[in-house]
Amino acid sequence: MKIGAPKEVLGGEARVAMTPDSALQLQKLGYECFIETGAGLAAGFSDERYKTAGVTVLDSANALWGEVDIIAKVRPPVDAEVKLLTKGKTLISFFYPAQNTELLEAAKATGSNVIAMDMVPRISRAQKMDALSSMANIAGYRAVIEAGNNFGRFFTGQVTAAGKVPPAKVLIVGAGVAGLAAIGTATSLGAITYAFDVRPEVAEQIESMGAEFVYLDFEEKAQDGAATGGYAAPSSPEFREKQLEKFRELAPEMDIVITTALIPGRDAPKLWLKDMVEAMKPGSVVVDLAAERGGNCDLTVPDQKVVSDNGVTIVGYTDFPSRMASQSSTLYSTNIRHMMADLTPGKDGQVVHNMEDDVIRGATVAFEGEITFPPPPPKVKAIAAQKPKEKAKELTPEERKAQEIAAFKAQTKTQVLLLGIGTLLLLLAGYYAPASFMSHFVVFMLSCFVGFQVIWNVSHSLHTPLMAVTNAVSGIIILGAVAQIGSTSWIIAILAALSVLISTINIVGGFLVTRRMLAMFQKS
Amino acid sequence: MNLSAHLGDPGIVIAAYIAAAVLFILCLGGLSGQESAKRAVWYGIAGMALAVVAAVFSPGTGHLWLIVLMLVIGAGIGTVLAKRVQMTEMPQLVAALHSFVGLAAVFIGFNTHIELAGLADLFALMSNPAQMVADPAIAANVQAHLAELAGFALKLAQKTPLELSILRVETFLGVFIGAVTFTGSVIAFGKLAGKVDGKAKKLPGGHMLNAGAAILSVILLIVYVQTASFWALALMTLLAFFIGYHLIMGIGGADMPVVVSMLNSYSGWAASAIGFSLGNDLLIVTGALVGSSGAILSYIMCKAMNRSFISVILGGFGSTSGPAMEIEGEQIAIDADGVATALNDADSVIIVPGYGMAVAQAQQAVSELTRRLRAKGKNVRFAIHPVAGRLPGHMNVLLAEAKVPYDIVLEMDEINEDFPETDVVIVIGSNDIVNPAAQEDPNSPIAGMPVLEVWKAKQVFVSKRGQGTGYSGIENPLFFKENTRMFYGDAKASIDSLNSLIG
Repeated sequence: MKIGAPKEVLGGEARVAMTPDSALQLQKLGYECFIETGAGLAAGFSDERYKTAGVTVLDSANALWGEVDIIAKVRPPVDAEVKLLTKGKTLISFFYPAQNTELLEAAKATGSNVIAMDMVPRISRAQKMDALSSMANIAGYRAVIEAGNNFGRFFTGQVTAAGKVPPAKVLIVGAGVAGLAAIGTATSLGAITYAFDVRPEVAEQIESMGAEFVYLDFEEKAQDGAATGGYAAPSSPEFREKQLEKFRELAPEMDIVITTALIPGRDAPKLWLKDMVEAMKPGSVVVDLAAERGGNCDLTVPDQKVVSDNGVTIVGYTDFPSRMASQSSTLYSTNIRHMMADLTPGKDGQVVHNMEDDVIRGATVAFEGEITFPPPPPKVKAIAAQKPKEKAKELTPEERKAQEIAAFKAQTKTQVLLLGIGTLLLLLAGYYAPASFMSHFVVFMLSCFVGFQVIWNVSHSLHTPLMAVTNAVSGIIILGAVAQIGSTSWIIAILAALSVLISTINIVGGFLVTRRMLAMFQKS
Repeated sequence: MNLSAHLGDPGIVIAAYIAAAVLFILCLGGLSGQESAKRAVWYGIAGMALAVVAAVFSPGTGHLWLIVLMLVIGAGIGTVLAKRVQMTEMPQLVAALHSFVGLAAVFIGFNTHIELAGLADLFALMSNPAQMVADPAIAANVQAHLAELAGFALKLAQKTPLELSILRVETFLGVFIGAVTFTGSVIAFGKLAGKVDGKAKKLPGGHMLNAGAAILSVILLIVYVQTASFWALALMTLLAFFIGYHLIMGIGGADMPVVVSMLNSYSGWAASAIGFSLGNDLLIVTGALVGSSGAILSYIMCKAMNRSFISVILGGFGSTSGPAMEIEGEQIAIDADGVATALNDADSVIIVPGYGMAVAQAQQAVSELTRRLRAKGKNVRFAIHPVAGRLPGHMNVLLAEAKVPYDIVLEMDEINEDFPETDVVIVIGSNDIVNPAAQEDPNSPIAGMPVLEVWKAKQVFVSKRGQGTGYSGIENPLFFKENTRMFYGDAKASIDSLNSLIG
């Protein structure tokens, strides 16, 4: 079948859904690849490079939409593009079906199949086609770069001959994919980075990226990330108050604030209010990655960079990925390519639109004249349900002491009981058995005791040498044989000689093999 | 003072025995650390040499040339065995050596019986002191007899009737334990060496047969003590041979660590029982040391499988209390390229080896992989489950042989908490010891068994020959987890192919 990518029509969109590299991979899956002329230019891929990769370059969008069976795009189609869709064609692009219901209706009416890259379920198997994450990653990185661009100082602290430069302090609100990417970028530039998220379970991830988790002391049932597919859910008003209070406290110290807080299917929550911007130092920067959905900051103007009255720059761009078109096209086209790989199980260039597959089902929003959105919940949960963490009850010193005393008493009791029984049994044996037996028996009991004490200390890793050496040592039975071998009875002499022979094998073999093994244990 | 003249003094012999016992204890105690162990084994050798020399020069020992001959031949065979044995064959060797101790115990027990039987006339004469006093001829006869006796026989002749009864019990026990150890170890050897089918097998009647044989043996013990009949002893020996055979036949492959340490323990108790019958304290002490060592090892192994000793001995896994949990997901295969990429990206790697690594002789390849990964600055460690392999500590020895430094080879308790912070876990040829069902599924037959929590790592690769269950026949949900990829193929070939891709 034929797959093609048209030039993006939306103004300022520089990305492209197919790169020369991804085209090569798609050809391996058995597809013929097409591209509209100049589609990759803004992302740095010339028509010649596509041609070298074996892609047919078509002159116009109409030609491309007419020629191919599968259209790969970045942005949702505009009305003019939807009209080009016909029955049997498959469109793969970002679609945002929840927000674009009319568009979805229109697409359905054409009888074509639509796969929304933004609807790929968040399960591990589908991570390779999770375009939202790969775009968010770029957005997070770019947000820091944009902030740096508008920030008049170093990120890292320096002590130079010309004076001391304090390090920049960066606060990241929302530690999703974009937030974590921003944390990584900011810390690697040398800034002191703080991060906040309503989901306490991400604290570990934040710290692993080198930022400090802003801890909010609030008694509320922790949000279960598993129930929402790893996304944040709206928080209670009390929690929000507490959160804003914390931000107010932080605002004067922060040089750069990057907000990435989004809740699926809702407007972005307002987290960085006007008074916080006012509390910031002049020259500080706020980058609002949620601008497209209204912004986390009160003063954000989508698609623009504004400067507040007190000199704080607020960046509200919505096209961060497009600003790094080459990188984002590479990643996005790879996501598309993985999606195609899943759609082409036979690697024969034939699409098998398997609606039983969780990932394909989840991403498909229109299929053969039907709207298939919203999808049923996937069979596999995105993230394992968080086990409620059992908090060990803090014991007061008195309680602990009482417990220790009780344990000690119980232990003493069992020990005394065992000793008592043992003594009784010994006495009983001593009553009947002759003294010669008892003297040996005492030796036996003591040796068992010593054995138990000694063996417990043997290192686990030396259990095999232990067995080999006890093997050698149990060859001590040779003493019995040596004592008997002098007998006048020939049969006794023979049996004893045999015993000497095999015990010697035991002794020599056991010790030598132990030595061989122990010599192998080397420290690094 | 002429030392050699005093070598055979009973006092000197006992002093040597005491020194040997102390040296043996030091030897076992020294195994608490890898470095001190290297010295400790010399203590053991010195103790053994001292004991043997003292025994040979003790009064009444005859046929010196025969002893020397046997010592030389035995030492020769032992040296060859120890030099030739592959580290993967250690379980077999250990089992074979146990069988020797068992067999020696049987021989010595029988010798004691024969010696006793030879003295029957004498005892009959001595049993009536009044008659001896009355008839000087009988007394003279007894004196003549006693004068002829030497060494072991003389010692026996001096025993009172009560002591003789006890002696019979001791001999009987020594032979019984020795015989069970002998056939049991022979079967364990066969199973470990692959000469006998490793699956648990029982004759019809199962453990009732063993119980019956044991009860019969107790009856024979009473008969033997009363009558000193050779047939009672011989019949019991056959029964004990059968018990040893049948008991171990009924225990399957993965329980072998318990079996081998149990036989280790038995060989010790056999030596101890023989020590009682010969009145030799050094034998008693050493036997008890070995016996308790084996018992502790068995206990540790059982604990690591969360099973009671009895249930292991009775063989097979216990019945389940309900249907097993449904396993969701699918087993996803991966090729060497994928694993190599993940390893190149990882910072911390934990390798979990199991019996499969020993079977495939993959330890050298694993060591090479470790070396390459460490050279790239990655934190590589090994996690060893107590029952991994067929012998306690088996994996440690194999890795040591392949020159993996022992300080990166960690026990389960030391490393289990580190899995969540680990990037890549490679499971090589182990199954049940990494089965999450032990924690998640209360109905699983291995529920409650402590396992290595590998699934908590970011990515798990399982090197396995093919799709199939482990020894216990339990499906392993680990293989179906989302962060698990199956790396099918022979372990050695798989790891070798990784080595060519890394570095």
